[in-house]
Amino acid sequence: MNLVDKQTVQSSMTKRLVKNRLANSLFFLAAAFGIVVLAILLYRIYSEGMGYLDWNFLTSFASRFPEEAGIKAAIVGSLWLMAVTAPVSLLLGVGTAIYLEEYAKENKVTRFIRMNISNLAGVPSVVFGLLGLTVFVRLMEMGRSIMAGGLTMSLLILPIIVVSSQEAIRAIPKEQYEASFAMGATRWQTVLRVVLPAAIPGILTGGILALSRAIGETAPLLMIGALSFIAYLPENVWSGFTVLPIQIFNWTGRPQEEFHLVASSGIIVLLIVLLLMNSIAVLIRNKFSK
Amino acid sequence: MEVNVKNMIKQKETNRFFLRFTEKAAPVFFLLCAAISVLTTIGIILTLLVETTAFFSRVSFWEFISGTEWWPFGENPTYGVLPLIAGTMLITAIAMMVALPIGLASAIFLSEFASEQTRKIVKPVLEVLAGIPTIVYGFFALTFVTPVLNTFIQDLPVFNALSPGIVVGVMVIPMVASLSEDALRSVPNSMREAALAMGSTRLEVAMKVVLPAALSGIIASFVLGISRAIGETMIVAVAAGSTPKLTWDVTESIQTMTGYIVQVSLGDASYGSTAYYSIYAVGMTLFIFTFMMNILSQYISRRFKEDY
Amino acid sequence: MNTAAERKHTFFANTVADEQEYVSKTIYNVDHFNLWYGDDQALYDVTLAIPENQVTAIIGPSGCGKSTFIKSLNRMVELVPSVKMNGSISYAGQDIFSSGYKVEQLRTDVGMVFQNPNPFPKSIYENVAYGPKIHGIRKKKVLDEIVEKSLKGAALWDEVKDRLQENASGLSGGQQQRLCIARCLAIEPDVILMDEPTSALDPIATAKVEELVQSLKKDYSIVIVTHNMQQAARISDKTAFFLNGEVVEFEHTDKLFSNPEDRRTEDYITGRFG
Repeated sequence: MNLVDKQTVQSSMTKRLVKNRLANSLFFLAAAFGIVVLAILLYRIYSEGMGYLDWNFLTSFASRFPEEAGIKAAIVGSLWLMAVTAPVSLLLGVGTAIYLEEYAKENKVTRFIRMNISNLAGVPSVVFGLLGLTVFVRLMEMGRSIMAGGLTMSLLILPIIVVSSQEAIRAIPKEQYEASFAMGATRWQTVLRVVLPAAIPGILTGGILALSRAIGETAPLLMIGALSFIAYLPENVWSGFTVLPIQIFNWTGRPQEEFHLVASSGIIVLLIVLLLMNSIAVLIRNKFSK
Repeated sequence: MEVNVKNMIKQKETNRFFLRFTEKAAPVFFLLCAAISVLTTIGIILTLLVETTAFFSRVSFWEFISGTEWWPFGENPTYGVLPLIAGTMLITAIAMMVALPIGLASAIFLSEFASEQTRKIVKPVLEVLAGIPTIVYGFFALTFVTPVLNTFIQDLPVFNALSPGIVVGVMVIPMVASLSEDALRSVPNSMREAALAMGSTRLEVAMKVVLPAALSGIIASFVLGISRAIGETMIVAVAAGSTPKLTWDVTESIQTMTGYIVQVSLGDASYGSTAYYSIYAVGMTLFIFTFMMNILSQYISRRFKEDY
Repeated sequence: MNTAAERKHTFFANTVADEQEYVSKTIYNVDHFNLWYGDDQALYDVTLAIPENQVTAIIGPSGCGKSTFIKSLNRMVELVPSVKMNGSISYAGQDIFSSGYKVEQLRTDVGMVFQNPNPFPKSIYENVAYGPKIHGIRKKKVLDEIVEKSLKGAALWDEVKDRLQENASGLSGGQQQRLCIARCLAIEPDVILMDEPTSALDPIATAKVEELVQSLKKDYSIVIVTHNMQQAARISDKTAFFLNGEVVEFEHTDKLFSNPEDRRTEDYITGRFG
């Protein structure tokens, strides 16, 4: 006697296969949804923004008139901001990663630092803005300056840099350490001459991706009071400033339709900057992954 | 002339103060770097605590957590945070209705169904989607999604909860998809092979074997997605409006906690005023919400980690 | 000044091992040495004296503790966090585990070659210059000279002299291993520890490395771990047979292979297990 009725198995087979097919297409549609949204978004912004995107747009200051509005101050401001954020966040982030991977003993303090970093990664960016506003702008009296904004951004992207640097360091084979220590090298010499050179590509890739996050962030800088209408270029890190996303936010908030087109042009510039940064990151990754 | 390395090393050894100094100083310096991240957390908590205390010296704690009206400007300001929480919840709920099913389905597709070539196209697109600044999403919500929705829903106001809610959902999709996919992919292949060898279809393997095994990781990714939506700022600041309201009507203009903080920082309140301190009280509320979500997510993924 | 020659001299007086046939000085004295990884004991009461300017082979089946033992000789074993030990190992008359003993100094005097070739992802030149550089030698001319001498010492010079600036990862496995030996020679150690240096190499590359070991013998004391008994028989002067973390027999190589005293040694070398 057969416990399994072949007839039943046979008849349910077709149904199961159809279900499988259906599910496959459904899951595919879900995955394609992202692609479709991205395509619409890019197309919209391209078609709206190309009209205003010319040399004048890149080299003019903000204006009350859409056809005269430009993005010069924002581009320069974003560059200034990176000039503060990149060194500070890389130094602190790589330093923390080296500490955790090379020096830290497995104890409560280390576990606390690790847990702290992963929690920090989940804190909303506006809250970092509140921190920057209170500590850098008011307490340390930096004012609404590039320095205050840059330091706030550094803290915001610090967890990302720490984690990617840790991964880069962890990818170094144990044998490299052994070779170095067996030559009588100290821990510091090994870090400096073996670990860092080998980890630099990974650190740079992660660092650039983190910085591209910082370049697109708006909320924390709004909090610390970056201006949106300045008709001068920053002179030093203590100057007031605006950045690309804030300029875009400002244009988006205007009631006139024309300014939305200007905002689209601004977005194109921002996306091109991000594209460039990401391409560099990918190039570095590919060059050294061999 | 023959070099005698041994003697040279010996000689160098005696006067290498700099090396000995850096050898000792390096760990201290790196520890200081690591301490900055701890200081940042302490700074955030202290900042929020101190300024929130100042706020509660002017507004009663009870009014804050139970009041149903939030109107800090004008003659008779009221500080009931519930409308802001409701606004945040509304946006988060809409976003999750978009992000969780689509994110999970994308993850299942990528991990269980897609060929290697398809993966190579879809993954980078999701990464690009994750890298788009939120202000761009905000602009997209206001200038595209809202008008499109308007063609389906009569008299949809320019600022409403639905449009930014959907777009926040789109923004969260890559995160949910990639974390869920990691969870699915960590299920060992031998389990799939066992099920496939018995004649299971791919769907049955995905739903009955892989999904249950990866459930904790998937739920952890959902919780993180929720946390991310709660904290999202620019999309709602641009497209949701600034009228705090206790409502479940998605077509109305509302305001979230993050949206309020941005509104005040744009200059609607002078330094030292009650409205100024109120952003810290709202920030504290927001921080507590997201912090609990993050802890919950870590707890889930650690507590229910499967051992394969 | 405490030169190597002087150390050898003072040490001569302390020599305990093996006075009858070979009058050789002892470079390493291992005394009742025990080692644990966590709760698992890996070495039991190891006691032996390693002679100077000879090749000492350590043989035994895998998992017998031979690798752990050789890594104890330059304290590399301490990179495993859970490791515990007692007993003593003295190098050149000094207990290497005594407090205040500088492990970097030990590892400068004692070089090591590993199982898998592990060149740094740097140029051939930089690989060899690594040791001198970390020990403070920076002059380009001196470094050039050291690199050439070391590569010649490792019988690699002729093969790489035209591409010193190329990345070491472009070399073949055998060349990489000889590069690692050159890297080790560059700081002129007294002892070279080799942890199964040929196990990842093909027969031809293995023959080259073995030849090299023979020629290095006159200037260096060599300790080589191998699971290849023929190799031990070919190149070593003395052989220690390890089993389950114990030294079963430590003898002159000819004697150990032709006329072993212990039954277990005989079983192993005749291929009854391992």
